[in-house]
Amino acid sequence: MGELRAYAALFGGRLRSATAYRASFAVELVTNAAGTAIDVATVFVFYRTAAVVGGFTLDEALLMTGITAFAFVLADLTVGNIDQLETYVRTGRLDAVLVRPLAVLPQLVLADLPLRKLMRLAVGLSVLGVALARNDIDWTAGRVLLLVTAPISGAVLFGAIFVLSAATAFWWVDSGKLGHGFTYGGRDFTSYPITVYGSWFRTLFAYGLGFGFVSYQPALTLLGRADPLGLPAWAGYLSPLVALAAVGVAAVVWRSGVRHYRSTGS
Amino acid sequence: MDALDASVPTISPGRPFRASVTTFRALMGSGFRRYATYRQATVAGTFTNIVFGFLRCYVLLAVAAGTVGATAGGYDARQLATFVWVGQGLLNVVGLWGWVDLSERIRTGDIVADLVRPVSPVIAYLAADLGRGGHALLTRVGPPVLVGALFFPLATPSRWLTAPLFAVSVLLAVVGSFGCRYLVNATAYWLGDARGPLVFWTLGSGVLAGLYFPLRLLPDWLAVTLWVATPLPGLLQTPLDVLVERDPPALQVGLVALQAVWAVIMLALAGWVQRRAERRLVVQGG
Repeated sequence: MGELRAYAALFGGRLRSATAYRASFAVELVTNAAGTAIDVATVFVFYRTAAVVGGFTLDEALLMTGITAFAFVLADLTVGNIDQLETYVRTGRLDAVLVRPLAVLPQLVLADLPLRKLMRLAVGLSVLGVALARNDIDWTAGRVLLLVTAPISGAVLFGAIFVLSAATAFWWVDSGKLGHGFTYGGRDFTSYPITVYGSWFRTLFAYGLGFGFVSYQPALTLLGRADPLGLPAWAGYLSPLVALAAVGVAAVVWRSGVRHYRSTGS
Repeated sequence: MDALDASVPTISPGRPFRASVTTFRALMGSGFRRYATYRQATVAGTFTNIVFGFLRCYVLLAVAAGTVGATAGGYDARQLATFVWVGQGLLNVVGLWGWVDLSERIRTGDIVADLVRPVSPVIAYLAADLGRGGHALLTRVGPPVLVGALFFPLATPSRWLTAPLFAVSVLLAVVGSFGCRYLVNATAYWLGDARGPLVFWTLGSGVLAGLYFPLRLLPDWLAVTLWVATPLPGLLQTPLDVLVERDPPALQVGLVALQAVWAVIMLALAGWVQRRAERRLVVQGG
């Protein structure tokens, strides 16, 4: 109980500091929502030029973009700000976090919860809704289940990638924007049908890092389309397993990172 | 111990022009040296630029492959690849993102130290920013262009005019971008903190400067409006269009002239906003 109260206090502090500069916070809320909208608008811009990209139509691609947008927003909203870890390590503020009798990860997440990204959730959800309406999906129990599990598994995978990227700061303090290549890069990767990418790059991101299971495979299963890249139809249901594996790796790396941490002493 | 030498450039009161040039050059050098110390961040940033280079390049090439004639927005595959990879390097030269020096100094009150100096903050920060751009030009453009050239066929310029025009265009892009960033940061004079406007800037500049996709993919009326009514295409799209020779020479010169007009407007606006702010500024902090 005491622990929960401590976390609540951290979250409350975050809430107060986020809203301290009201005008700035309001602008942040709106612009963050616009960020997701721009990603989706980009898809429309591309399909304005070509009717079929990588063998998929606009509506089919939109389904992938929608699942990705919703999954990414969920992850970004909850653990996205863990990429501030670099600052904590460099300034030595992590010392203060470590001496408290609470787990490190939840503390960092709650103390930095990016409330300004709240409105993105609505945008992500509506893109997914529009995409579902525009596609003629033959609904079965399995597909309904998939619609629920895919964005959540995607969010868990993105969350694990966020934690993994941030944890590089334990070994490499000035890792800076390195992680963005995998977090935001992963989001961009899985916003489009993965057939557009060159083979080794696709293998690395889709199967090596698991991003192919965020939206591409589930969308194929929802649409009842065979995978042009050859994976069987049940691959769409693999996302939870891929996400769990990523969480396992992230947990191991995070723990060894915390153990590896030496204060900067400042 | 050369680096710790305390000598300062001699500024002679009898020769004001030469004095200003010396000061400007010293400030530029400081900007260059400051970024030269962030070596690890340079490596990490370059890696990320390269990942996004692959992502954007593959998607744009797939879009072009899906059209009749395999061109997108008037670019062929080579031009698209060049646009993406040089763009990933140029992004850092132009310094679209991450510059919060001014707003942070306003928020903390440190800005007061800039105001007592005999050089206007706009000029001083511009000089430092040109130094930063110079450092990025030397370190951040080569690697992504090299990787791009290894994995994709790139376009090579065929007109002699392209090289000098590109150089001018890049310089104007840095100045224009600085003007925009200064204005965004300066909102902190009124808001106390520029986080909101900065997020707004990060988003708007990325998409409207042509980083996410070449603006020529937009409907013509929209693209023309952006070019004429905003400084944003001048920050990235114009230099890249010049480099890949998207338009005939006369139109390219015209676009760079438009870019120059916008760079001057943004710089003048920054100066005006700074003067207005100084009249009402209450320095925060103790």
